[in-house]
Amino acid sequence: MSVLIQNLVRCAPGTRKRLLNDVSLDVPTGAFVALVGPSGAGKTTLLRAIAGLDTCESGSLLLDGQKVENMQDRARKIGFVFQNYALFPHMTVARNISFGLDVQPRAMRPSQGEIATRVQELLDLMQLPDMGKAYPARLSGGQRQRVALARALATGPGLLLLDEPFGALDPIVRRTIRSWLRSLHDRLGLTTILVTHDQEEALEVADRIVVMQQGSIMQDASPEELDKEPATAFVMEFLGESATFHGVVQDGWFTPKEDGVLPFAVAAEIAPGPADAMIRPFEITIASADLVQGQTVPISSQGVRNGYRHYLARLKDRTIAVHIPDYTGENVLSESHGVLDISRARLFRDGKRYS
Amino acid sequence: MKTYILWVVSWAVIAIVLLMPPAVVVSEALKNGIGPALETLKDPDGIAAIWLTLEVSVVSVAVNTMFGVLAAWLLTKYRFPGRSALLVLVELPLSISPVVSGLVWLLLFGAQGWWGQALEQAGIHVAFAVPGIMLATLFVTLPYVVRTLVPLMEQQGRDAEEAAMLAGAGFWQILWRVTLPGARVALFSGILLTTARAMGEFGAVSVVSGHIPGLTETMPLHIESLYNGYQTVAAFTMATLLAAMAMSAVLLRSVPEWITRWREKQA
Repeated sequence: MSVLIQNLVRCAPGTRKRLLNDVSLDVPTGAFVALVGPSGAGKTTLLRAIAGLDTCESGSLLLDGQKVENMQDRARKIGFVFQNYALFPHMTVARNISFGLDVQPRAMRPSQGEIATRVQELLDLMQLPDMGKAYPARLSGGQRQRVALARALATGPGLLLLDEPFGALDPIVRRTIRSWLRSLHDRLGLTTILVTHDQEEALEVADRIVVMQQGSIMQDASPEELDKEPATAFVMEFLGESATFHGVVQDGWFTPKEDGVLPFAVAAEIAPGPADAMIRPFEITIASADLVQGQTVPISSQGVRNGYRHYLARLKDRTIAVHIPDYTGENVLSESHGVLDISRARLFRDGKRYS
Repeated sequence: MKTYILWVVSWAVIAIVLLMPPAVVVSEALKNGIGPALETLKDPDGIAAIWLTLEVSVVSVAVNTMFGVLAAWLLTKYRFPGRSALLVLVELPLSISPVVSGLVWLLLFGAQGWWGQALEQAGIHVAFAVPGIMLATLFVTLPYVVRTLVPLMEQQGRDAEEAAMLAGAGFWQILWRVTLPGARVALFSGILLTTARAMGEFGAVSVVSGHIPGLTETMPLHIESLYNGYQTVAAFTMATLLAAMAMSAVLLRSVPEWITRWREKQA
């Protein structure tokens, strides 16, 4: 099911502070979209607005090109998984899952037998075939997560909304349930919108990442594009560890303010003036002091992790982390001084991407 | 040794303060044997008192449960101006002396009260009649359901209800299938406290009742009349019955917990 959001505005109750500030988003059928951003960015607010849990001051929301006013109609189209699962503690797992079917008006409700079959199907799908009679209190976190998912899927919705679904799980369960969720999405042909504050999780599982900050969408792109072409300094910073170098663009060159960092050539059309160069630790290389002119800085080795040699370059006022792939054989271990080459950096001016 | 002393002391206190009074009541009732004791219950005024007490209890429980649930829902699920004032107001009957709770109704509905004259002309009797007793009992038992439900519903939050809403449940379905079952232990507890208090209320009822035997005497009032009339056996038999009724209500409180425990063992 497709979701089309146009100019959505929601204010905090009783105030004029905007929780959602003119948000527009187009999610086509079959997409897997992750909403990411720091706490308070408005991710959950947007998800709740899509689900119809909160009303908005202005803007429109279309599901499959249509306005849905009635909550009961909406319920059949949307499955929602809460951050803390929100299972009904006084019902068995089976009753929890069948709840959405049990509350349907008599004329539409499937028979008891059909409901039981549907519940068993979902339990099998969630890999919990024998858990139907248990109460939620007896389940582990990962199992509760899957029961919540089964409950959300019981009415056969086309749209699945997940609010921080992996937040309370331990790292190993998290990883398996993540890839399992992705395969479920593909198998059932769902449209999924997931909220997470973990950018790595988002990059791994989603086709599209929507980065939010202070109630606005900062960038909406594929993981690859986001990595290559972050729209703002915030997006760059949010997506992973990065270092910022202040400097000046002049005559087609970016010259960093600090000593020990090499200038690099930039596109000729960039207007001269101050700019920031942002780069990830694994994009920095260390040039040997013999080959280049300029002030060198001390460099110390921090060992090897995940296939990268970690170094700390000591600039005048701060240290910069540098990661170099272990297999390159560029062994700088013996050298205690070098110059940083940041020519793969992205340029930003006033927080906006420049080149 | 220390634990032994503690054990003895606590049982001694329990025996003197909790167990002895009912034991004395029962032994006084049975001092001429069980036959004469049962005989006293055949008194028509006594039977009328028992019925009136049951009627008053049923009405207070029904009314206070219904409005208690709605009030608790409103107080915990919504934020509105005056909410905290309402929370305090709900507890008012607990802090006011029962005598005052009774007098209020006399001041409103008595012959010299604000509305007494008008109602008298319309042929409606509130003071010194059953409606007055109902009103007084409703007032003193109002807080119990609300006060037991509010903390639990507060802690439950809105998540389960929102989940039910997103599964397509309507307002009443959510109330019946999710909110109330989730709070059933607290609700049951509140209902039984209401029952026990409604049966035993003396002060407020005494003020508005007018003590008309066979008409406006509830069990506690009838016990007082009997005792003052030196009918000791009858008074204590009635007292035993009242105590048994109230205690069985309190015992019933633990039934849901037993059921849950039994069900969990089965699963």
